[in-house]
Amino acid sequence: MQEKALITVIGEDRVGIIAKVATLLAEANVNILDISQTITGGLFTMIMMVDITHCNLEFEALKKSLSDLGEQLNLKIEIQHENIFRAMHRI
Amino acid sequence: MFKFGEILETLKMIQEENLDIRTITLGVSLLDCVDSSIAKTCENIKQKIREKGQYLVETAKKLEVKYGIPIVNARVAVTPVSLLAGGFTETETIKIGYALEEIAQEIGVNFIGGFSALVHKGFTKGDINVLNTIPRVLAETERVCASINVATTRAGINMDGINFSARIIKETAERTSEKDGLGCAKIVVFANAPEDNPFMAGAFHGVGEADYVVNVGVSGPGVVKRVVEKFPGADLEELANEIKKTAFKITRVGELVGKEAAKMLGVKFGIVDLSLAPTPAMGDSVAEIIEAMGLEYCGAPGTTAALMMLTDAVKKGGAMASSMVGGLSGAFIPVSEDMGMVRAVEVGALSIEKLEAMTAVCSVGLDMIAIPGETPVSTIAGIIADEISIGVINGKTTAVRIIPVPGKKAGEYVEFGGLLGRTVIMDVNRFSSEKFVMRGGRIPAPIQSLKN
Repeated sequence: MQEKALITVIGEDRVGIIAKVATLLAEANVNILDISQTITGGLFTMIMMVDITHCNLEFEALKKSLSDLGEQLNLKIEIQHENIFRAMHRI
Repeated sequence: MFKFGEILETLKMIQEENLDIRTITLGVSLLDCVDSSIAKTCENIKQKIREKGQYLVETAKKLEVKYGIPIVNARVAVTPVSLLAGGFTETETIKIGYALEEIAQEIGVNFIGGFSALVHKGFTKGDINVLNTIPRVLAETERVCASINVATTRAGINMDGINFSARIIKETAERTSEKDGLGCAKIVVFANAPEDNPFMAGAFHGVGEADYVVNVGVSGPGVVKRVVEKFPGADLEELANEIKKTAFKITRVGELVGKEAAKMLGVKFGIVDLSLAPTPAMGDSVAEIIEAMGLEYCGAPGTTAALMMLTDAVKKGGAMASSMVGGLSGAFIPVSEDMGMVRAVEVGALSIEKLEAMTAVCSVGLDMIAIPGETPVSTIAGIIADEISIGVINGKTTAVRIIPVPGKKAGEYVEFGGLLGRTVIMDVNRFSSEKFVMRGGRIPAPIQSLKN
């Protein structure tokens, strides 16, 4: 069964955010299924739907490397299993 | 794919509005643990809890990472100890209390509930053993919680049980006087106690339950408050609808986490408890929801109506979200654990009497209320009897968790620490209840028709 998660990136916009996140994901063998992003008042918000079925890291390790990357880029990067959004927003 | 707004809403609820899973509580039946030897019984109890309980904290941590939502507490609830204690002496019964403390410490849970007695109609030897030892167990352990069911709608009210409970509360306060009577925060006196309540201090594992079960309590006063604030001009019908929608979302998260925890532990999922449970954290307050609805302070005229609407909307949204809803399910109105309540008491907007009225329409009762240490036992019994009668006549759960703070007077402050908070000691009606409560006996079960 396909396991999906949502990554949210929030912070100040700058060059190369998507590239850096995508590189990290590629190295972890995580496939990006969908990306959407917006900028409001200089605040960059990106949401990625990813397939973590074949991820070569434990979920906790993936979460840690994403949040470490976030710290380097001065952004907040979160990853959550998609089920929580499905539970909350779909009847 | 989800909409941008939906995803950000979830994140905001968790990060800014204190949405969390308040507790994952593992219920464990101890009925098969009794042996003729107390040492063997205690060993059996620890082993039975350990079998699944050893994975509880780790499971909660994994789910916290997976869903990015804090799981604040992992706890254990067990069969009321009075059902195991009938063949033992009081000294032996205390050892069961110690065994519960040891296993709680070993598996890393912060509370273990079920040092309890069900005495709504009468006392067994096991009940007496537990009741007589509650003050010592609460004083000598950290994690063990006690509860006493003194009434049900079907059996009526056991006034002797209430008097006994009042004495226990007073003695527990005295035995823990160096901590301002903190032991009393770990004892709840119930009417119609639920068998699947995940919240402490009143959780125990009912006799109708399976060997193991996982029950979950969600929280979210902060989320509901934010919703109310977002609709300042909405009429009450519209407001109720918005609260309902939010309760749906909160409950869904609880159900998701509960079901998955149960699966990981290899046990049955029980229920989600819908209760809005405040904490001393800023904004995580039921009083502030009521105030956001338009009341100057919680306790102002209109408070009972606001609370009724809130509780009902939470239940409606929650019942739509999960088929397995249970426990206390409503809104908790503890005083010391809710900064808004404490503020309302300080300005004189909220009294014990108003809190009592509020409990007729919400889920629990007089909760975490500090009263002067010199309050007579008979007055405490009177307060309990009043609260319990509201539950009995309305066919609902009510409870009392009250702390007579040794050596302190009304208006002074007391600090319980952590989730239990800090509060001002409330004034108690000075007139005597002595002759009434000392009549003892039982108040008959109420008639179930002619409901006006």
